[in-house]
Amino acid sequence: MGSLFDFMLPELESPLTGASTDAVMAFIHIVSFIILAGVTIALIYFAIKYKRKSEDDETPLITHNNKLEITWSVIPLLLVFIVFGWGYKGWLNLQTPPDNAYEIHVSAYKWGWTFSYENGAQIGNEVHVPAGRPVKLVMQSQDVLHSFFVPDYRIKQDVLPNRYTTVWFQAEEEGESQVFCTEYCGTSHSDMLATVVAHTQEDFEAWLDEQNTGGGGTPVERGESLVSIQGCVTCHSVDGSQKIGPSFQGLFGREETMTNGTTLTADENYIRESILNPSAKIVEGYQNQMVSYEGRLSDDDISDIIEYIKTLED
Amino acid sequence: MANHSTSHPTHVHHHFVDSDQQFDTAKLGMWVFLVNEILFFGGLFCAYIIYRAWYPELFQMAALELNTFWGAVNTVVLIGSSLTVAMAIRSAQKDQMKGLKINLLITIGLALVFMVIKGFEYAHKFELGIFPGEYYTYEGIDHPQAAIFFSIYYMLTGVHAVHVLIGIGLIYWIYLRAKKGEFSSEYYTPVEITGLYWHLVDLIWIFLFPLLYLIE
Amino acid sequence: MLTAEVKPASTGTKKTLKVKRYKPSEDPKNTYLTDEKGLWAWMTTVDHKKIGLMYLGSVTFFFLVGGILALLLRTELLTPAKTFIEADTYNQFFTLHGAIMVFFVLIPSIPAALGNFVLPMQLGAKDVAFPRLNLASFYIYVIGAIFTFIALANNGLDTGWTFYTPYSTQSSSSVIWVTIGVFILGFSSILTGTNFIATIHKLRAPGITWGKLPLNLWALYATSIIQVLATPVLAITVLLLTMERALGIGIFDPALGGDPVLFQHFFWFYSHPAVYIMAVPAFGIISEVITTFSKKHIFGYWAIALSSLAIAFIGFLVWGHHMFTSGQSAVATTVFSFLTFLVGIPTGIKVLNWVATLYKGSIEMKTPMIYVFSFLFIFSIGGFTGIMLGTLSADIHLHDTYYVVAHFHYVMMGGTLISFLAGLHYWWPKMTGKMYNEFQAKVGAALIFIGFNTTFLPQFIMGSQGMPRRYYNYIDQFTIFHQTSTIGSYILGVGFLLIAYYLAKSLKSGEKAGSNPWGSRGLEWQTTSPPDFHNFDHTPVVINGPYDYHRPMEEFQLGLANEDKDH
Repeated sequence: MGSLFDFMLPELESPLTGASTDAVMAFIHIVSFIILAGVTIALIYFAIKYKRKSEDDETPLITHNNKLEITWSVIPLLLVFIVFGWGYKGWLNLQTPPDNAYEIHVSAYKWGWTFSYENGAQIGNEVHVPAGRPVKLVMQSQDVLHSFFVPDYRIKQDVLPNRYTTVWFQAEEEGESQVFCTEYCGTSHSDMLATVVAHTQEDFEAWLDEQNTGGGGTPVERGESLVSIQGCVTCHSVDGSQKIGPSFQGLFGREETMTNGTTLTADENYIRESILNPSAKIVEGYQNQMVSYEGRLSDDDISDIIEYIKTLED
Repeated sequence: MANHSTSHPTHVHHHFVDSDQQFDTAKLGMWVFLVNEILFFGGLFCAYIIYRAWYPELFQMAALELNTFWGAVNTVVLIGSSLTVAMAIRSAQKDQMKGLKINLLITIGLALVFMVIKGFEYAHKFELGIFPGEYYTYEGIDHPQAAIFFSIYYMLTGVHAVHVLIGIGLIYWIYLRAKKGEFSSEYYTPVEITGLYWHLVDLIWIFLFPLLYLIE
Repeated sequence: MLTAEVKPASTGTKKTLKVKRYKPSEDPKNTYLTDEKGLWAWMTTVDHKKIGLMYLGSVTFFFLVGGILALLLRTELLTPAKTFIEADTYNQFFTLHGAIMVFFVLIPSIPAALGNFVLPMQLGAKDVAFPRLNLASFYIYVIGAIFTFIALANNGLDTGWTFYTPYSTQSSSSVIWVTIGVFILGFSSILTGTNFIATIHKLRAPGITWGKLPLNLWALYATSIIQVLATPVLAITVLLLTMERALGIGIFDPALGGDPVLFQHFFWFYSHPAVYIMAVPAFGIISEVITTFSKKHIFGYWAIALSSLAIAFIGFLVWGHHMFTSGQSAVATTVFSFLTFLVGIPTGIKVLNWVATLYKGSIEMKTPMIYVFSFLFIFSIGGFTGIMLGTLSADIHLHDTYYVVAHFHYVMMGGTLISFLAGLHYWWPKMTGKMYNEFQAKVGAALIFIGFNTTFLPQFIMGSQGMPRRYYNYIDQFTIFHQTSTIGSYILGVGFLLIAYYLAKSLKSGEKAGSNPWGSRGLEWQTTSPPDFHNFDHTPVVINGPYDYHRPMEEFQLGLANEDKDH
């Protein structure tokens, strides 16, 4: 049995949030298997034992049996009360992050995640956390509904545009875990992935110190990090491969044909317009999919991104 | 349906045993449909309640923009039309065909008065720039969700007005059938169930009026 | 001359009626199929049987469309990245698959198609209470369908069948056409429900008391109540969503100050009861078939009848269990979880009652009975996984994964569709007067059972391992489950083709069925196959319960004596 449940569930990396879930799931599975086996055996047994012998078979008149019916109403009722209480307890634990939790802010957008740390560091689609310490994520969406799901931690929480939601976990050991978006959000919903990377406390601090906290580096470096943090790379490749939007590789100075038949050469103003007002001009062969980054990127940010795109030659 | 048995009066459909059964069935069907109508408006009332709980101050401010006087007049007009429709049914039961027709016509008249007043109210709001949703341009209410109040107002009163229009159509149809002499004290089922519908339309307005106009 | 003391539904007082036995003819001259011929006669008919068949045809057509979409989806999922269609196409396909299967197939399948056909016959009535309204319901359904097809031709729909805001207010696909289509369609469902409630209350043949009502009608009655109470809320929800897109009224759109979670509350207030609109009629069919093929009185008549009503009412109070991760309040979440468990109990009771009915029966494994056995196995799994998903902590992990996808397919396809097939095979001889090929039908049932479990069992496993639903691409570790599932779906496809083949063939060359091929005591079997326009050529009188297999067949074939012959 144990191995069967291992097969059903990914390895638990955050026992503080997931142990109760795993236990109640195992309990429901075992009870269900027993009852289902009972029902199935009864069905097969009756079908064989009471097979019709002739058209004139007489059957006894059994209309009901109160004792039996009360029994099989009350026992399941008790069982579901147990399950309810168990699930409630586990869920309550998921709702109450410990006071000493390390806080990280999460911004979800179509289609990626940005994680912001207390020291101003930002990183896209990868969240680094200290192992052995509770981590609390405070999340908000910039557009539609998303949902933050880490199967290894047994946690999930919808991310809403008009309010903050939180979720917490505690990775016990170093390692990486997969993050999925589980609220349907459009074309690249299934590419809206991220990774949780758990480090030891020292490694984590070292990693955090190394992070670009904004303002540092050359414009090209800043542009490169923005393109990753803001999720541009979800739809625009930097190596020429085909994605939702045109590739950044060789974009600058390229001659593009628009859906309305006009042609233009991609310059600074075209790229700027495409970031702030994406639906104004659509390259032929692509859909009007992108949301505006007005308010999310400053003029300096946009300049940095353009500088970075210039370096991506064919 | 050529199989009408001779014992059946012509107004009784072939699948009913007698006139009483047909009458009861039609009435039950209408009641069930009215329950559905209440749930339909219930959804809108629910949106109303939720937003009122979230933004009570908005509802007080915005209600001042509505004209309580004309709202009250409309309430009286609709209650009057409910009365005349009840009198129409009474006339039918007593075989007074003239009374039936006159009462139906008065009901239609009152319903039209209601719609005209409603039209003036809408026109006045449109002049101020109080349009539903994103077309809202009025600046007299200082509240970020002001447009949502009026969206709910337009949805509630608009869906109600559609019901009034359907009611006018139904009552006119009943009137035409009454003119052809289809009804009698033996058979007035359509008059009765249309009357039921009209009472519901009236009832909903009786809820709408205080909920929208009389917020203190 | 015999007499019977019965209570006619129309008066409610006991009286003694003169009755005599009417043995149905095995070789009927006039049937509803020969009565009025030609396309126009069909399109304007008020005969509930023909309307039922027209629904059956439409449901079959939509099932074909939804099924082809499903196979295309499964084919795309053969490989982790793109197999043959683009992400946007995939998103449109799963949206349309869901919307078509829910709104155009499952909801009308049992009540509007099979229910329309058998409900008046099981009551001994000549038609439903409002036959013209019944025809109108059908055309409203058709108009709703046309609107949805306009959307298909015009940018499609990519919001998921749940239309969650704010995605649905921003999507560039034609949401409005579909919401208007669903709005119109809702009225078809409401009017059918209204019609059924009035019919069951007022048009019962003399002697059919509430305690002698076939369980199929209890189930349809409970379903009709849900249709009348829940569907208007869906109507208002999609109306608000339409206005949201057309005028930007802002109630659900956070960009305009509205609340997206409110939309979810509105949506699930209908759509959870809608699950019972689909599932409860299935329970009715199971009760009819299982008693007929075990020749035995149902075990716990009242438990089954009343649990349908209990499900209908508690079903209104559990919608929030779709929203445990949505950010709704903690109190709401707790209460919804608790009530969800309560609605599981009456369902469990039914399953055990059906199993108990088999005890000491005379069981014949004809095709409809095979479907009932499939149902009991598959639906039990659907129920248990429902308990799993009602459990708060487990649902946090499983919500919006393939576990949920598998669960609702076990309930909706394994429950509703398989019992629909049971009912279709059960009443097919009554509808058409012809028998299908029993051997081919059994092979078909086996293919459906195997194909179904091959498709959806792996989805439980990958779901609990973390595979989210509505994913076009997936990570490599799930490949083997997806591929198994796809193979299963092909088996299902073959199974459905086989069913279509032998049923169509039976129309041409099937053997004559006879009035009562299964030896059932049900009233609908005590007339000719196919029945005539008025269902019975007499007014039936009922003195026994519908499952009184200990009484002789003659006692089930009574009707008013010395009645006007052409009545």
